[in-house]
Amino acid sequence: MMRRDDDAIISLVSRTVSPFIMIFALYVIFHGHYSPGGGFQGGTMLAAALILVRLAAGSDLAQLQFPRSWGTPLGSAGVLIYWGTGFVAMLCGGNFLNYAFLPVSGLPPHHRNLGILFIEVGVGLAVMGILTAIYDDLLEGRPHD
Amino acid sequence: MKAVNYAVLVLFGAVLILAGLSLPDRGDPYAPLNRDKSAAGTPNAPSYYIRNPERDADTPNMVTVILADYRGFDTMGEETVILTAGLICFLILRRERTKEKRR
Repeated sequence: MMRRDDDAIISLVSRTVSPFIMIFALYVIFHGHYSPGGGFQGGTMLAAALILVRLAAGSDLAQLQFPRSWGTPLGSAGVLIYWGTGFVAMLCGGNFLNYAFLPVSGLPPHHRNLGILFIEVGVGLAVMGILTAIYDDLLEGRPHD
Repeated sequence: MKAVNYAVLVLFGAVLILAGLSLPDRGDPYAPLNRDKSAAGTPNAPSYYIRNPERDADTPNMVTVILADYRGFDTMGEETVILTAGLICFLILRRERTKEKRR
């Protein structure tokens, strides 16, 4: 196993860049109605920001930012948000995933873009959690890398 | 035997190239896929998807509307596939918990 040197430049740059990647990822997710983007792309960028810190500072230190045990539950939560949106629409009288029937107050009847936003958030959470969890799983047994 | 393999490969490639040459050009408005009405007289899906997302979902980005609204079921399957891949990595690669139990 290679000894990892603590390089000040690398850790400083990655710590500075990571929040900006996250902000842009949130923009990509929530602005996906009007510009290219969406849950998959934004979730991948969120995972890239998390993995950048893991690569630069080491997995042990990065546990403070995003613990190893959060990845799979967050992914499951994203999938549950998606399925839950579909089932809530179904319980309120529409077809499965028919966003026109979502019970959000103050919503015009044909305002379907809020349902699209819900499922994009779900997709983004799932992709971020699962990609980070796969990286952590691949490092299993080498906890200090 | 190797010659037969190569002959089959070349033949298969030739068939694929022949089939690819007779595909319509991309964006050809007279191609069967891009017509307004299908051969049975019903409205075709692509022209509907291009014309109506703004009215249906209040969203100018038609790719998002197709992905999340018209084809929402498909995207749900994709997300479930991603979760399945993550769970399989979890099951194959994580070994801490079983070790603790054995000790």
